[in-house]
Amino acid sequence: MSDFVYTTYIKTTPQRVWDAITTPEFSRQYWGKANVSDWKPGSKWEMTNDDGSVQMTGDVLESQPPSRLVLSWVSPANRADKSEYSRVTFEIEMMGDLVRLNVIHDQLKPGSEMARSIAGGWPRVLSGLKTLLETGQVLADWASYKGGCSAAPAKVA
Amino acid sequence: MVADEDKVFKALADPSRRQLLDRLRRKNGQTLSELCQGHDMSRQAVTKHLNLLEEANLVATTKRGREKLHHLNPVPINEIYMRWIGKFEQGRIQALHNLKQALQEKDQ
Repeated sequence: MSDFVYTTYIKTTPQRVWDAITTPEFSRQYWGKANVSDWKPGSKWEMTNDDGSVQMTGDVLESQPPSRLVLSWVSPANRADKSEYSRVTFEIEMMGDLVRLNVIHDQLKPGSEMARSIAGGWPRVLSGLKTLLETGQVLADWASYKGGCSAAPAKVA
Repeated sequence: MVADEDKVFKALADPSRRQLLDRLRRKNGQTLSELCQGHDMSRQAVTKHLNLLEEANLVATTKRGREKLHHLNPVPINEIYMRWIGKFEQGRIQALHNLKQALQEKDQ
Protein backbone atom coordinates (compact mmCIF):
# COMPACT_ATOMS: atom_id res chain seq x y z
CA MET A 1 0.00 0.00 0.00
CA SER A 2 1.57 3.26 -1.01
CA ASP A 3 -0.82 5.79 0.45
CA PHE A 4 0.55 8.80 2.25
CA VAL A 5 -1.22 10.77 4.95
CA TYR A 6 0.27 14.02 6.18
CA THR A 7 -1.22 16.02 9.02
CA THR A 8 -0.49 19.39 10.54
CA TYR A 9 -2.29 21.55 13.11
CA ILE A 10 -2.38 25.26 12.39
CA LYS A 11 -3.53 28.16 14.51
CA THR A 12 -5.75 29.81 11.92
CA THR A 13 -9.16 29.45 10.26
CA PRO A 14 -10.31 26.85 7.69
CA GLN A 15 -10.91 29.64 5.18
CA ARG A 16 -7.31 30.83 5.46
CA VAL A 17 -6.03 27.31 4.85
CA TRP A 18 -8.34 26.93 1.86
CA ASP A 19 -7.15 30.25 0.46
CA ALA A 20 -3.53 29.31 1.04
CA ILE A 21 -3.96 26.20 -1.10
CA THR A 22 -6.18 27.63 -3.84
CA THR A 23 -4.87 31.17 -4.35
CA PRO A 24 -1.86 31.46 -6.70
CA GLU A 25 -0.28 34.49 -4.94
CA PHE A 26 -0.66 32.74 -1.61
CA SER A 27 0.60 29.29 -2.61
CA ARG A 28 3.60 30.82 -4.35
CA GLN A 29 4.81 32.21 -1.00
CA TYR A 30 5.26 28.94 0.84
CA TRP A 31 5.01 26.34 -1.93
CA GLY A 32 7.03 28.12 -4.59
CA LYS A 33 4.26 27.22 -7.06
CA ALA A 34 1.04 28.85 -8.13
CA ASN A 35 -2.06 26.66 -7.88
CA VAL A 36 -4.48 27.79 -10.57
CA SER A 37 -8.10 26.75 -11.16
CA ASP A 38 -11.64 27.94 -10.54
CA TRP A 39 -11.78 24.95 -8.13
CA LYS A 40 -15.17 23.77 -9.35
CA PRO A 41 -15.82 20.02 -9.66
CA GLY A 42 -14.86 18.87 -13.15
CA SER A 43 -12.55 21.83 -13.77
CA LYS A 44 -8.91 21.49 -14.61
CA TRP A 45 -6.26 22.65 -12.14
CA GLU A 46 -2.61 23.45 -12.69
CA MET A 47 0.42 24.03 -10.52
CA THR A 48 2.74 26.41 -12.32
CA ASN A 49 6.32 27.48 -11.79
CA ASP A 50 7.50 31.10 -11.76
CA ASP A 51 8.49 30.79 -15.43
CA GLY A 52 4.92 29.79 -16.31
CA SER A 53 5.72 26.14 -17.01
CA VAL A 54 3.27 23.59 -15.62
CA GLN A 55 4.66 21.41 -12.85
CA MET A 56 1.59 19.33 -12.07
CA THR A 57 -1.98 19.18 -13.27
CA GLY A 58 -5.23 17.24 -13.03
CA ASP A 59 -8.94 17.67 -12.45
CA VAL A 60 -10.97 18.92 -9.52
CA LEU A 61 -12.86 15.83 -8.35
CA GLU A 62 -14.60 17.30 -5.29
CA SER A 63 -14.73 20.82 -3.94
CA GLN A 64 -16.40 21.90 -0.71
CA PRO A 65 -14.83 25.18 0.40
CA PRO A 66 -13.39 25.55 2.96
CA SER A 67 -13.36 21.96 4.21
CA ARG A 68 -12.61 19.49 1.44
CA LEU A 69 -10.82 19.47 -1.89
CA VAL A 70 -10.07 16.36 -3.93
CA LEU A 71 -7.82 16.56 -6.99
CA SER A 72 -6.48 14.12 -9.51
CA TRP A 73 -2.73 14.59 -9.75
CA VAL A 74 -0.51 13.94 -12.75
CA SER A 75 2.56 15.43 -14.37
CA PRO A 76 1.64 17.29 -17.57
CA ALA A 77 3.65 14.81 -19.68
CA ASN A 78 1.33 12.00 -18.56
CA ARG A 79 -1.94 13.94 -18.84
CA ALA A 80 -3.35 11.51 -21.41
CA ASP A 81 -2.44 8.38 -19.45
CA LYS A 82 -5.08 7.67 -16.79
CA SER A 83 -2.91 4.96 -15.23
CA GLU A 84 -0.46 7.65 -14.15
CA TYR A 85 -3.10 9.60 -12.23
CA SER A 86 -2.90 9.72 -8.46
CA ARG A 87 -5.27 11.48 -6.08
CA VAL A 88 -4.77 14.18 -3.48
CA THR A 89 -7.37 14.95 -0.81
CA PHE A 90 -7.17 18.02 1.41
CA GLU A 91 -9.32 17.78 4.56
CA ILE A 92 -9.59 20.98 6.56
CA GLU A 93 -11.30 20.74 9.93
CA MET A 94 -11.50 22.70 13.18
CA MET A 95 -10.14 20.75 16.15
CA GLY A 96 -10.64 22.85 19.26
CA ASP A 97 -9.03 26.19 18.47
CA LEU A 98 -6.77 24.78 15.78
CA VAL A 99 -7.28 23.78 12.19
CA ARG A 100 -6.28 20.25 11.30
CA LEU A 101 -5.09 19.90 7.74
CA ASN A 102 -4.89 16.36 6.39
CA VAL A 103 -3.30 15.74 3.02
CA ILE A 104 -3.93 12.25 1.71
CA HIS A 105 -2.05 11.25 -1.42
CA ASP A 106 -3.24 7.88 -2.69
CA GLN A 107 -3.83 5.83 -5.84
CA LEU A 108 -0.11 6.10 -6.49
CA LYS A 109 1.67 3.53 -8.59
CA PRO A 110 3.93 1.66 -6.15
CA GLY A 111 7.59 2.41 -6.72
CA SER A 112 6.84 5.17 -9.24
CA GLU A 113 8.88 8.34 -9.46
CA MET A 114 5.82 10.21 -8.21
CA ALA A 115 5.55 7.99 -5.11
CA ARG A 116 9.21 8.63 -4.33
CA SER A 117 9.23 12.35 -4.94
CA ILE A 118 6.17 13.31 -2.92
CA ALA A 119 7.55 11.72 0.25
CA GLY A 120 9.99 14.60 0.63
CA GLY A 121 7.73 17.26 -0.82
CA TRP A 122 4.56 17.27 1.24
CA PRO A 123 6.17 17.61 4.70
CA ARG A 124 8.05 20.67 3.45
CA VAL A 125 4.95 22.23 1.90
CA LEU A 126 2.92 21.68 5.08
CA SER A 127 5.67 23.06 7.34
CA GLY A 128 5.91 26.15 5.16
CA LEU A 129 2.15 26.62 5.14
CA LYS A 130 1.93 26.32 8.93
CA THR A 131 4.72 28.83 9.49
CA LEU A 132 3.30 31.32 7.01
CA LEU A 133 -0.22 31.20 8.46
CA GLU A 134 0.91 31.36 12.08
CA THR A 135 3.66 33.95 11.78
CA GLY A 136 2.99 35.70 8.48
CA GLN A 137 6.55 34.80 7.50
CA VAL A 138 8.02 32.26 5.19
CA LEU A 139 10.56 29.95 6.83
CA ALA A 140 13.74 32.06 6.97
CA ASP A 141 16.27 30.30 4.77
CA TRP A 142 13.68 28.25 3.01
CA ALA A 143 11.78 31.21 1.59
CA SER A 144 13.08 30.79 -1.93
CA TYR A 145 13.18 27.03 -1.88
CA LYS A 146 11.78 25.82 -5.16
CA GLY A 147 11.70 22.12 -4.50
CA GLY A 148 7.97 22.05 -3.87
CA CYS A 149 6.62 18.56 -4.28
CA SER A 150 8.11 17.93 -7.65
CA ALA A 151 10.50 15.34 -8.91
CA ALA A 152 12.65 18.05 -10.46
CA PRO A 153 15.88 19.02 -8.69
CA ALA A 154 15.68 22.24 -6.71
CA LYS A 155 16.75 25.41 -8.44
CA VAL A 156 19.14 27.45 -6.36
CA ALA A 157 17.86 30.99 -6.07
CA MET B 1 -1.52 20.64 20.21
CA VAL B 2 0.48 23.85 19.86
CA ALA B 3 3.28 23.34 22.37
CA ASP B 4 3.69 19.81 21.11
CA GLU B 5 7.38 19.86 20.37
CA ASP B 6 7.95 18.26 23.79
CA LYS B 7 5.54 15.51 22.81
CA VAL B 8 7.50 14.85 19.63
CA PHE B 9 10.80 14.50 21.44
CA LYS B 10 9.28 12.38 24.20
CA ALA B 11 7.59 10.14 21.65
CA LEU B 12 10.87 9.67 19.81
CA ALA B 13 12.83 8.96 22.99
CA ASP B 14 11.78 5.32 23.07
CA PRO B 15 13.24 2.51 20.94
CA SER B 16 9.93 0.65 20.62
CA ARG B 17 8.18 3.71 19.30
CA ARG B 18 11.01 4.46 16.88
CA GLN B 19 10.76 0.87 15.70
CA LEU B 20 7.03 1.30 15.07
CA LEU B 21 7.80 4.39 12.97
CA ASP B 22 10.46 2.41 11.06
CA ARG B 23 7.91 -0.25 10.31
CA LEU B 24 5.41 2.32 9.05
CA ARG B 25 8.09 3.82 6.87
CA ARG B 26 8.67 0.43 5.28
CA LYS B 27 4.95 -0.20 4.90
CA ASN B 28 2.57 2.69 5.39
CA GLY B 29 -1.07 2.28 6.37
CA GLN B 30 -0.90 -0.74 8.72
CA THR B 31 -3.57 -1.88 11.15
CA LEU B 32 -2.95 -2.50 14.85
CA SER B 33 -2.95 -6.26 14.23
CA GLU B 34 -0.32 -5.97 11.51
CA LEU B 35 1.85 -3.83 13.76
CA CYS B 36 1.55 -6.36 16.56
CA GLN B 37 2.88 -9.17 14.39
CA GLY B 38 6.50 -10.11 14.97
CA HIS B 39 6.65 -7.87 18.02
CA ASP B 40 7.55 -8.96 21.53
CA MET B 41 5.17 -6.37 22.89
CA SER B 42 1.61 -7.05 23.92
CA ARG B 43 -1.24 -5.64 21.89
CA GLN B 44 -1.95 -3.34 24.80
CA ALA B 45 1.61 -1.99 24.81
CA VAL B 46 1.57 -1.42 21.05
CA THR B 47 -1.74 0.43 21.42
CA LYS B 48 -0.25 2.63 24.11
CA HIS B 49 2.80 3.46 22.00
CA LEU B 50 0.63 4.20 18.97
CA ASN B 51 -1.54 6.56 21.02
CA LEU B 52 1.53 8.47 22.16
CA LEU B 53 2.79 8.67 18.57
CA GLU B 54 -0.62 9.86 17.42
CA GLU B 55 -0.76 12.51 20.14
CA ALA B 56 2.63 13.77 19.02
CA ASN B 57 1.24 13.85 15.45
CA LEU B 58 3.95 11.46 14.28
CA VAL B 59 1.32 8.95 13.28
CA ALA B 60 -1.78 9.91 11.30
CA THR B 61 -4.72 7.54 11.07
CA THR B 62 -7.42 6.88 8.50
CA LYS B 63 -10.42 4.58 8.54
CA ARG B 64 -10.93 1.75 6.08
CA GLY B 65 -14.30 0.26 6.94
CA ARG B 66 -13.99 -0.77 10.56
CA GLU B 67 -10.22 -0.83 10.43
CA LYS B 68 -7.97 1.96 11.57
CA LEU B 69 -4.87 2.41 9.43
CA HIS B 70 -1.69 4.00 10.77
CA HIS B 71 0.53 6.20 8.63
CA LEU B 72 3.90 7.72 9.35
CA ASN B 73 3.48 11.51 9.51
CA PRO B 74 6.93 13.11 9.23
CA VAL B 75 5.64 16.70 9.24
CA PRO B 76 6.67 17.45 12.88
CA ILE B 77 10.14 16.02 12.21
CA ASN B 78 10.40 18.21 9.15
CA GLU B 79 9.62 21.23 11.30
CA ILE B 80 12.48 20.31 13.62
CA TYR B 81 14.74 19.78 10.61
CA MET B 82 13.90 23.14 9.08
CA ARG B 83 14.38 24.91 12.37
CA TRP B 84 18.01 23.92 12.68
CA ILE B 85 19.09 23.11 9.17
CA GLY B 86 19.30 25.91 6.63
CA LYS B 87 18.47 25.54 2.99
CA PHE B 88 22.06 25.91 1.85
CA GLU B 89 23.40 23.45 4.40
CA GLN B 90 21.14 20.77 3.07
CA GLY B 91 23.39 19.65 0.25
CA ARG B 92 26.47 19.38 2.46
CA ILE B 93 24.62 17.43 5.14
CA GLN B 94 23.20 15.09 2.52
CA ALA B 95 26.69 14.55 1.11
CA LEU B 96 28.06 13.67 4.57
CA HIS B 97 25.17 11.31 5.15
CA ASN B 98 25.76 9.58 1.81
CA LEU B 99 29.47 9.27 2.54
CA LYS B 100 28.77 7.72 5.92
CA GLN B 101 26.29 5.27 4.43
CA ALA B 102 28.69 4.26 1.67
CA LEU B 103 31.57 3.71 4.12
CA GLN B 104 29.44 1.71 6.52
CA GLU B 105 28.16 -0.52 3.73
CA LYS B 106 31.75 -1.18 2.68
CA ASP B 107 32.75 -2.21 6.19
CA GLN B 108 30.00 -4.78 6.50
